[in-house]
Amino acid sequence: MIEPIDILISFIKVIMAMMWFLILALYLTWLERKESAVMQDRVGANRANIFGFRIIGIFQPFADAIKMFFKEDFTPKFSHKFLHNLAPFLSFYFVLVTIATIPFAGDIKIGEKVIKLQVLDLNIGILFVLAMLSLSVYGVLLSGWASNSRWTLLGGLRGAAQLVSYEVALGLSLVGLVMVYPSLKFSAIVESQGALLFGFLPKWGIVLQPLGFIVFFLAAMAESERVPFDLPEAESEIVGYFTEYSGLKWGLYMFTDFMKVLIIACLLTTLFFGGYQVPWLAADGFHFPWGGEWLMSNGLVVALQVLIFNLKVFFFCWLQILIRWTYPRFRYDQLMDFGWKLLIPLCLINIAITGIVMSFIK
Amino acid sequence: MIKQIGFFIEIVKGSIITARHFWVNLFFHILKLFHIKTKRKGAATIQYPDVRQPIAYRHRSMHRLMKHKDGTPRCVVCMLCVTVCPSECIYVEAAEDPDPEIQKYPSQFIIDLTRCCFCGFCVEACPEDAIRMDTDEIELARYDKEELVFDLDKLLG
Repeated sequence: MIEPIDILISFIKVIMAMMWFLILALYLTWLERKESAVMQDRVGANRANIFGFRIIGIFQPFADAIKMFFKEDFTPKFSHKFLHNLAPFLSFYFVLVTIATIPFAGDIKIGEKVIKLQVLDLNIGILFVLAMLSLSVYGVLLSGWASNSRWTLLGGLRGAAQLVSYEVALGLSLVGLVMVYPSLKFSAIVESQGALLFGFLPKWGIVLQPLGFIVFFLAAMAESERVPFDLPEAESEIVGYFTEYSGLKWGLYMFTDFMKVLIIACLLTTLFFGGYQVPWLAADGFHFPWGGEWLMSNGLVVALQVLIFNLKVFFFCWLQILIRWTYPRFRYDQLMDFGWKLLIPLCLINIAITGIVMSFIK
Repeated sequence: MIKQIGFFIEIVKGSIITARHFWVNLFFHILKLFHIKTKRKGAATIQYPDVRQPIAYRHRSMHRLMKHKDGTPRCVVCMLCVTVCPSECIYVEAAEDPDPEIQKYPSQFIIDLTRCCFCGFCVEACPEDAIRMDTDEIELARYDKEELVFDLDKLLG
């Protein structure tokens, strides 16, 4: 029996998770411009202001959004109208739903009620996220086909080639992880990362699966379709799959890119860096391995967990933007070599090593 | 294999360089935020409309026509600037001067700045030093193209 209060709580959770996701993705555009500027000894966008208040260009995303809204939304005559309009929304939607499975913090206890800070605790969380991220590539392929132009078709083709070369590695790199924390459920994985190894080391994914982390990180970077792996887009040559898009639909594609960066940061945090876990912090406070204790109330613990989760996510966003502004693009064949000849063998080695080590420990 | 590992080390080194730039520049930006004066700056940017650099000594900016002491233009309509101009943006019309020493003066002198490429050939060609490009006026963007066609009155200033 579902009580009305549960429905209300679920509704609030959905709204809050979406707001968190979309606003952070919006500000990633600002962060990207600023970080790249600081890296290259520049200043970056700092002119957008409200009543003369600039505050290091913090209003830039809104100025960009307003510009997008008022640009002409042009659909070329030769394109397939329905699919052309559908493609960006498809891409956007499938990335947006993945946030539902990410746990933000431990349980909040209000009186008798225990609220999970996670919209949807699926039993097959990892599979769900991988499936949705793969489906979002259909938006790329569809836009390449539906625009009915040579450049977009090229972009779509390259997108498909990229998809088959990283998708296998992306899935296989998580097999070792699933073997170690025997679950596909995000909440269970994060909870088991709270345990300690040898009595002092947090049992995070990076400690147990360093090779898996490297492969997953590289494959996930390819998933986000940004610069070292931006074959379908190729901003510098303008032969991307969204050549025929303009205005808000183009903006949606750009926004989806940033959402992917954010969701990949969330996944890296959740799977390999302990999610919301702070080292030695249990549900009732800190228990240090050298014997100390520092008890805290439930609210404080949850607040600390949310904070640390966000910090980890910001760090990975920063790292991805750093990589995006440091390296040049892979060539078409290099990417396939990279996927098939390097990442997949590494995945298999990782699975074998994990299996051998686990059989010895048992 | 060893070569590949070498590449990998160089790749990691590259990201360390960019990360170092980021943190060092961020450090100086934060110092500036707290009004702490440092010799080194976080960015090499000159915030152009607010902060201006002195214009170079030999720069070429908006044209001007020189005058005699009595206010008449120095130009004698030899048509050298019109001939040398690569973008054909100068139009000069002669009129007869009552003074037989000078013979001609320009009744019209039009420079179409929408075509001008600021090469400075007209200045070099002029035998009378009648045209110069030293007004320091470099912001020549206008909303209307008509405003960029400068005639004799405007050029004499």
